[in-house]
Amino acid sequence: MEVAFIMILPVLLGAVLGAAMLIWWERRLLGFWQDRPGPNRVGPFGLLQIVADVIKLFTKDDWVPPFSDRVIFTLAPTAIVAGMLMGFAVVPFGPGLAIIDLNIGVLFFLAMTSLAVYGVLLGGLASNNKYSLLGGLRSAAQMVTYEVFMGLSIMGVVILTGSFNLSEIVRAQEETWFVIPQVLGFAVFVIAGIAEAHRLPFDLPEAEHELTAGFHTEYSAMKFGLIMVGEYLSVILTSAMTVTLFLGGWLGPDFLPPIVWFSIKTGLFICFFVLLRASIPRPRYDQLMSLGWKILLPITLINLLATGAIVLSMEGAA
Amino acid sequence: MEVVLFYIAASVSVVSTILVISRSNASHALVYLIVSLLAVAVVFYLMGAPFAAALEVVIYAGAIMVLFLFVVMMLNLGPSSTAAERAWLSPGMWIGPAILTFILFLVMLWVLIGIPDSTSGVAVTPKQVGERLFGSYLLAVELASILLLAALVGAYHLGRRYMRARREEIG
Repeated sequence: MEVAFIMILPVLLGAVLGAAMLIWWERRLLGFWQDRPGPNRVGPFGLLQIVADVIKLFTKDDWVPPFSDRVIFTLAPTAIVAGMLMGFAVVPFGPGLAIIDLNIGVLFFLAMTSLAVYGVLLGGLASNNKYSLLGGLRSAAQMVTYEVFMGLSIMGVVILTGSFNLSEIVRAQEETWFVIPQVLGFAVFVIAGIAEAHRLPFDLPEAEHELTAGFHTEYSAMKFGLIMVGEYLSVILTSAMTVTLFLGGWLGPDFLPPIVWFSIKTGLFICFFVLLRASIPRPRYDQLMSLGWKILLPITLINLLATGAIVLSMEGAA
Repeated sequence: MEVVLFYIAASVSVVSTILVISRSNASHALVYLIVSLLAVAVVFYLMGAPFAAALEVVIYAGAIMVLFLFVVMMLNLGPSSTAAERAWLSPGMWIGPAILTFILFLVMLWVLIGIPDSTSGVAVTPKQVGERLFGSYLLAVELASILLLAALVGAYHLGRRYMRARREEIG
């Protein structure tokens, strides 16, 4: 296991710039699907909108509420971004193109996303505001619930590959992508991924119609910017992991290099994320929780049992 | 190299654990507890148990501590509870635990001096852990899962009684 230090800077830059671009791209795409222009004024196609937003965020008054827990309040947004960026370390962008080819890559990804949750929780708690607290509480319950299925839904893939190593998982998909034998796992992973990224339709921790802005009500200026970047990073990371685990990763016909295939697939999946946001209304909080425990958990367990049974019987036959 | 990293991680975990106990603000104590668990995960990794390290982060730091934080949020402890906590943590009450811990420390030192090389230095793969868990330790795994099932049923039972009372209240 060697760390490819050369990869660190491009991955960091790519992830952060990609997250920034996504702010503009998502708004344009939402506009397209909702029959309105979206941000198209600043620069060609509105591309400079991001620059304008960043200037605005950096020059705004960076206010820390006097009633808050100052240290935790300031550190919380960094926990979100740091956790998500750490998750990118194990993503295989191409054959041998990962920062570290960890033999427990899947678990590392799960660990880093579960650490990023603390940013949301501690931010909500430290704000000392009732809307933030309610948002934080909701996200605690939501994350713990959906982390369970997220982990379990990947285990089918791990059984089929026989390894936690992400590169080996991609190589095992040379004949068929895992989305076909693991279609249930795929569906649960995508739903759990949206809930984990707390994106619409599962953005109950910030649900603006009832909680103002939920856990980040008190955040302003670049601290708010960091929370948003963290959210977009988690969209990219979840898409990249879905592609790696279920959609064949970098595999594709030979006329394009592997990293291009990986980017195309990830990009399409990000657009799918935005489409979900544009089309599905937000469920109620109790609906979200009962969907998780009463439908998704049994589905995942059945999937896991069936996968295990089939793999075992195939081994017995061979 | 590994030895240096081990001592760094181990001292971080010891210091943060001490801070967990001595903080009077519950949420600060929790943050230190998370740091302590992460440091222990690094120690596991250095001892050649990457699987245990990952599970330490996913389960303890990632899930159980979130539930702790959930409870802290539900209780919504304010400055008054911090003051109460501070009053309980008077210097006098440290004497008893300190003496007991010191005895335990001496015993541990004696044990450690007796064993020349306590770490095997061999990396344990996830597969080996699985084979052990579902091979020679199968009984312990099953017992633990029965215990968890009992806790689950118990929690459901308590919650159901509360929900029935609530429903009657509402009418």
